Amino acid sequence: MSILEVDNLSVSFKQYTSGLRQHTQEVISNLSMELVSGEILAVVGASGSGKSLLAHAILGILPSNAQTSGKIRFDGEVLTTKLQEQLRGKEIALVPQSVSFLDPLMRVGAQVRTSVRKGKAKEAQKKVFERYHLKEEVENMYPFQLSGGMARRILVSTAMVSGARVIIADEPTPGLDSVVIKEALTNFREFADQGCAVMLISHDIESALQVADKVAVFYGGTVLEIAPAENFEGNGDRLQHHYSKALWRALPQNDFTCEFKN
Amino acid sequence: MLLEANHVSFRYGTEPWLFRHVDFKIKTGEIVGLVGPSGSGKTTFGRLLAGYETPHEGSITLDGSPVPSNRYHPIQLVFQHPEKAVNPRWKMRKIVNEGWEPDEALLEKLGIMQEWLERWPNELSGGELQRFCVARALGTNTRFLIADEMTTMLDAITQAQIWHAVLEIAEKRNMGVLVISHDHHLIHRLCTRIIEFKDLV
Repeated sequence: MSILEVDNLSVSFKQYTSGLRQHTQEVISNLSMELVSGEILAVVGASGSGKSLLAHAILGILPSNAQTSGKIRFDGEVLTTKLQEQLRGKEIALVPQSVSFLDPLMRVGAQVRTSVRKGKAKEAQKKVFERYHLKEEVENMYPFQLSGGMARRILVSTAMVSGARVIIADEPTPGLDSVVIKEALTNFREFADQGCAVMLISHDIESALQVADKVAVFYGGTVLEIAPAENFEGNGDRLQHHYSKALWRALPQNDFTCEFKN
Repeated sequence: MLLEANHVSFRYGTEPWLFRHVDFKIKTGEIVGLVGPSGSGKTTFGRLLAGYETPHEGSITLDGSPVPSNRYHPIQLVFQHPEKAVNPRWKMRKIVNEGWEPDEALLEKLGIMQEWLERWPNELSGGELQRFCVARALGTNTRFLIADEMTTMLDAITQAQIWHAVLEIAEKRNMGVLVISHDHHLIHRLCTRIIEFKDLV
């Protein structure tokens, strides 16, 4: 069942070039996709191709000089700015790219408790900490006292206790070692298995493929194709688009070629 | 030419030793991979080799003598985050020509477009910026290049393009390259020798 539908979305930025001359640059064009409950959709593509902007458009946190057209529907209802504000952090949660998104002056236990919506906050927080193997003393720590892996588990805990039905994870893995990556990805798989819809934005195709059901290949501000994860195999002959094939073949464990020049 | 770390130890301030008595050797023409878990001190070790930090014990030597510090440094480091390694108030042309002046052929090999030279750093993507950082580090007097998670933030196609250019130049000039990365596939693809950092400590 589809929870979130993006229908023909375009995002453009208005910039001043020289003096009062304005220039409109389209960064996402005519993009359509959907998030289905119980599934992980990985969004892969070049850095700077607009993947994060898609996440920001869904959450309604684009900068003020951005203009959007097209529709985003949540549960069949068109998302307006007001509705986005109501759903943000409640029905739709973001697991941000960087651990610097934690409040540096607030104990992490308290930060997790602020996102609990149903039942007792304290209990929910204790339960989720136990589940992610965070010791009891961690709840009284400040973000600077945590290791990178622990901080990441706090961010995931926050999304977990909110009971959100759509989770958007923006580049959750770069620069981490394989053990921590595996742990982060397993968390997202669990979210999906509980009936959430997960959008996993990453340029690390290899690790995204370990957990994703479908993969959307992003290029130049739009989705070229949405392929089942198992189509990424061998020479990439089961992929439709030239760019998707090139991206797959460019991996060091495949051909390590760069035939696609942009 | 031989770059050596002899019994090198390092710690930040009064914190516990990050590593002690590390011995390491790399020759020009070698491509060596360095792997290990997050926080084990690989980056700091790279910074020591490139002269950004001084070891508390031991020494870094080039062919047995100390690395000269009063001219172009023969050991160059490329960092993971290019946006933190460039001056935001300089245009790209000034940034790339800071240490030496790369010719057009080299820029083209790294996929740098001429029009980017007139832009500010915040007008380029991470992948585009990193090409400039690599070009900047590949001066003719560079004998060793240390690539600390150089392409981790980049998509696979850009990664392959940058590495093909670097390997070609390294071979032509008989440079040594130390690749620090978590990506085992990448390390196995590139390197002639692979070292676990914990085996050095």
